Amino acid sequence: MADVTSVIGRETAPKSIIVERGQVQFFAKATGSKDPIYRNLEAAQAAGHRDIPAPPTFLFSLDLLSPSKEESVLAALGVNIGNILHGEQRFKYGAQIYSGDTITMSAKVTDAYEKKGGKLQFVVSETTATNQNGESVGSMINSLVIRN
Amino acid sequence: MSGITFDSISVGDVLPEHICGPITRTTLGLFAGASGDHNPIHIDIDFAKKFGMKDVFAHGMLSMAYLAQLLTNYLPQSQLREYGVRFVAITPVNTRVSCSGKITEKYEVDGEKLIKVEITAEVDGGIATLTGDAIFAVA
Repeated sequence: MADVTSVIGRETAPKSIIVERGQVQFFAKATGSKDPIYRNLEAAQAAGHRDIPAPPTFLFSLDLLSPSKEESVLAALGVNIGNILHGEQRFKYGAQIYSGDTITMSAKVTDAYEKKGGKLQFVVSETTATNQNGESVGSMINSLVIRN
Repeated sequence: MSGITFDSISVGDVLPEHICGPITRTTLGLFAGASGDHNPIHIDIDFAKKFGMKDVFAHGMLSMAYLAQLLTNYLPQSQLREYGVRFVAITPVNTRVSCSGKITEKYEVDGEKLIKVEITAEVDGGIATLTGDAIFAVA
């Protein structure tokens, strides 16, 4: 069992991803969304959007979908993905993310601690994100739980 | 143009309930691809068993997406300022997810009128799986 506090302050170099319209539509389908603005370009434009908007939790997916050249925090801790649970997730919103945008994300581990004598370990990360115009599209705070 | 204004909202108001699912194994396979979360614990029963689970279980972020639909059905996403949850229990496969919300605060920060909504996702049997809150700006 690794010392989780060793990753506090660890930063991930900025990484970018293009928001693919088809991926946003696939997300809407997979979540059973009935709101046409998340599924259909004409409906989105008729509602005043410049393209299909990314729904409120999609930044989390952009993070997962964008390749990183660096070793992940979990890999650095030697944690197997089968032992991970999601503890908490929070989003703060800036400019709307749209299909076609290029989103750049930077992450930092802000806290890490143990409970139940190390049976559960927690790693808290904050990710900030901007679009191709340099506008903030918001941030997210993620707490992962490692089951030992 | 939801027609919902700050003055028309009262603390204690409840959002229209939003029921999703049932979450099938197909749902989990599709959500894995759509969300980019390819953790096999949600899609491969052999892998899940190896890690002490009886079966695959749903991604927490799937229910968080369902709760987001509850929110954007109520007010446009452009008015959403913050949204957070705690994942308090695992969501098993083959359950429905009932999303509910209640207005708990009305306040103003730097001239912006805000409301706070407490939200909960429950699976069949009334077990809470996600609890959290959202903050909307409402003119």
